[in-house]
Amino acid sequence: MVEDRSGPIELAGIYRRLIGARIRADWQYRTSFTLLTAGQMLFTIPDFVVVAMIFDQVPRLAGWTLAEVAFLYGLSDLAFALADIFVSQVESLVPLIKQGSFDRLLTRPMSPLIQVSAEFFALRQLGRVVAPILALGLAVSWLNLQWNAQRVLLTVMALGAATVIFSALWIMTSAITFWAVDSSHATHSITYGGRFLTQYPLSILGEWLRRLVIYILPLAFVAYLPTVVILDKPDPLGLPRALGYASPAVAVILAFAARAIWATAIRHYRSTGS
Amino acid sequence: MSTEPHIRMSAVRKTFTVRQRAGRIRRRRVEVCAVDGISLTMNRGELCGYIGPNGAGKSTTIKMLTGILVPTSGTIRVAGLDPSRSRLRLTRRIGVVFGQRTQLWWDLPLRDSFDLLRYVYRVPATRHRANLAAFSELLDLGPLLATPVRQLSLGQRMRAELAAALLHDPEILYLDEPTIGLDVVSKAAVREFLLQVNRERGMTILLTTHDLADIERLCSRVIVIDHGHIISDGTVEDIKTRFGDVRTLVVDLAEPCPPLDVPATEIVQVEGPRQWLRFQRDHTTAAAVIAQVADQAQIRDLAIEETHIEDVIRRIYTESPATDTSK
Amino acid sequence: MSRPSRLFWQGFGYPRKFGTAGPRQSTFSVWLSLGVAVRLLWEIAQRGFRRYATYRTATLAGAFTNTVFGFIRAYVLLAVYQSRADVGGFNVVDAITYVFLTQALLAPVDIFSGGMNEIGDRIQTGDIVTDFYRPVNFQLYWLASDLGRSTFQLLFRGVPPFVVGILAFNLTLPSKFLTWIAFLLSATLAVVISFGVRFAVSLSGFWLLDTRGALYVLGAVMMFFSGFLIPLTFFPPWLETLSRVLPFAAIVQVPIEIFLGKRTGGELGVTLIGQLLWVIVLLGVSRAILAKVTRRVVVQGG
Repeated sequence: MVEDRSGPIELAGIYRRLIGARIRADWQYRTSFTLLTAGQMLFTIPDFVVVAMIFDQVPRLAGWTLAEVAFLYGLSDLAFALADIFVSQVESLVPLIKQGSFDRLLTRPMSPLIQVSAEFFALRQLGRVVAPILALGLAVSWLNLQWNAQRVLLTVMALGAATVIFSALWIMTSAITFWAVDSSHATHSITYGGRFLTQYPLSILGEWLRRLVIYILPLAFVAYLPTVVILDKPDPLGLPRALGYASPAVAVILAFAARAIWATAIRHYRSTGS
Repeated sequence: MSTEPHIRMSAVRKTFTVRQRAGRIRRRRVEVCAVDGISLTMNRGELCGYIGPNGAGKSTTIKMLTGILVPTSGTIRVAGLDPSRSRLRLTRRIGVVFGQRTQLWWDLPLRDSFDLLRYVYRVPATRHRANLAAFSELLDLGPLLATPVRQLSLGQRMRAELAAALLHDPEILYLDEPTIGLDVVSKAAVREFLLQVNRERGMTILLTTHDLADIERLCSRVIVIDHGHIISDGTVEDIKTRFGDVRTLVVDLAEPCPPLDVPATEIVQVEGPRQWLRFQRDHTTAAAVIAQVADQAQIRDLAIEETHIEDVIRRIYTESPATDTSK
Repeated sequence: MSRPSRLFWQGFGYPRKFGTAGPRQSTFSVWLSLGVAVRLLWEIAQRGFRRYATYRTATLAGAFTNTVFGFIRAYVLLAVYQSRADVGGFNVVDAITYVFLTQALLAPVDIFSGGMNEIGDRIQTGDIVTDFYRPVNFQLYWLASDLGRSTFQLLFRGVPPFVVGILAFNLTLPSKFLTWIAFLLSATLAVVISFGVRFAVSLSGFWLLDTRGALYVLGAVMMFFSGFLIPLTFFPPWLETLSRVLPFAAIVQVPIEIFLGKRTGGELGVTLIGQLLWVIVLLGVSRAILAKVTRRVVVQGG
């Protein structure tokens, strides 16, 4: 008798195959595919160009140089792009429910989250990593820093944590749309808004917003706090440096929260049928 | 082998709170009861029909049996598991075919869908190959395997859905309106397949349908549900007997006559010299009716039509839903 | 007369004048049919308005998100203005007003161009054929519908974020009544220009079948070159010059500059005429493409 629960490795294999199916299906519409991929790259590059143009006008932004902001932007946007590629598909859940196609997912021996991620996987979104990787490359070359093992490790950890944070936020906001159907646009204020916000130093934000993104919606831990530590920058806000190392912990907490909210949403669906 | 029923529902209720408009702005909460105290058991290997008018609670029942919905009260046991708690475990043991929704991958060749399902359900390769070969043969899917699903006709797609639902050797198969919109040939193929699968693999099958020919061809047992209650649960013959055996005498008279007046019969239709007289088996006999017609007019030819299950079911639907006549 | 020019003028309804046979129309009947056409277009615009009015929660959510982005962008620019008092002729108050104006205009001008996918979808399903059988001109139909949508979104997704901006930050509002009128006129023209571009690109659906890719690229281009992300005055001079040659600048940058009082007197008039010219050119180009398409559709039988 086959084991009832799949192990993570097996799940990864199934996921890989499901994504493969999606990619093959999309590839049939080649022109659209190429245009959309180009569009993805185009969409993210302007953000960085805007940053560059700002620094054309002013030498520093809230005490940060272009190289430093480039690093901030690169770290944040790369994490977002990764979360976008694998997790953003949760946004399609509510339309799926409205169509009545969600029930099908519940009859399969796999988490609906993974199924929906594979179902709407879009390879073209890989285009979104180009701009932030470029930005990171440029930042590293402009910054006058020693890239020892510790620094690299911190960066990688920060990137991983940031990806998990964005993913968790996506799942949580989409789960909430189970209750408040049609509010999907509002969730963009947290997901895409979060992306935009984390591209810039925290110090530009008004006091109230700063507090919000540190204590309540932990966007500050995505890029700003880790970057302050990685780049060895004195923090004008005077926040404890330890926070810079805390992003993995925050990511874990948020992941658990996302899991709980998601489970609640599914429970709600199963008792109300909508 | 366990004598435990394969499927058991005990006093299952399902209510929904619906928000209705009360005035221009305010919404009122109304409780709608979709399923109101259903109890039924099915044994392994039964092929059972589940019918009722729209809104009777059929889909809600199926959703609760498959674990999609959780009952408000009552218990459900399917293959020894509680669908509301062990949904994931149960998914391996059941197959579901939703008539209007597909579970296949739309843009890819049919074969790809079958392959992917093998991975999703983790079916051993040999078993999968054997099943696929068997089903392709039975449902004539061989020439279709390379076709993208979106290019299949409805009949072809439904046959494919059936195969897809069974690839992982489920113990129970739920079908929600599987023959809807199909042409006669496809319907026959689907029915044949279900009979065969039920016979050869001992698969328990629960089928909801509006096509009563499905019921007559396939089901040894029929459950009728209306307004969330079971109003009848028995064999097709039982239903016919219990709800009155209605027969129709079709008589061709020598010449057109006004509608004949025969006691205990009802004139349903008159077309020129031909008249349709409906009577109930327990009220009078065919012989008596024929004799009385012969008294009143000259008969050229006649025929007797047996009970149409449509009529029986229609009578059941329109009768009081409160009477629970299940065994 | 050359064929392209004939097509062009036909697009504006002058068949008789330029050589194709047609019954002679009396002045009265021309005015009458004009009146009927206007009335019809008004109905279509209303329908476009009402369609979007049904999405109440989505509109609310959209307005909320627009407001949030407004705040973040405002903070970014405030940080910029800590180092300088003036950038490209904008002071800090101008810049923050600019931010909230772009947030207000983003939905009406459909800067991400997603709305136009409807045409592509209809082409794919084949429903588009019924659009050609309507008594109204295909292009004008979609234009009227778009204007209806745009009005709704300006009122319900545009005004709220702007009002929040006024309350939260120091914004500047036009002091002269004329400026308000000019702004509204300019904004309307901007919507029509935006329509022109989006519509023309969506017509590619008749060849590509799927317009999502093309419109996505257009959205990205429009966002950048319209001055939506940051004012064109922040661009390096060569890029700014290039941007102002393109029609996109007339969609966002120009109306906002009018609002901020950067264009006055004669310059204002010239600016508005410039926008009008873009309208004519873009609609004309679309008509030409459309004429080709109509022939193709009719020949192929849909």
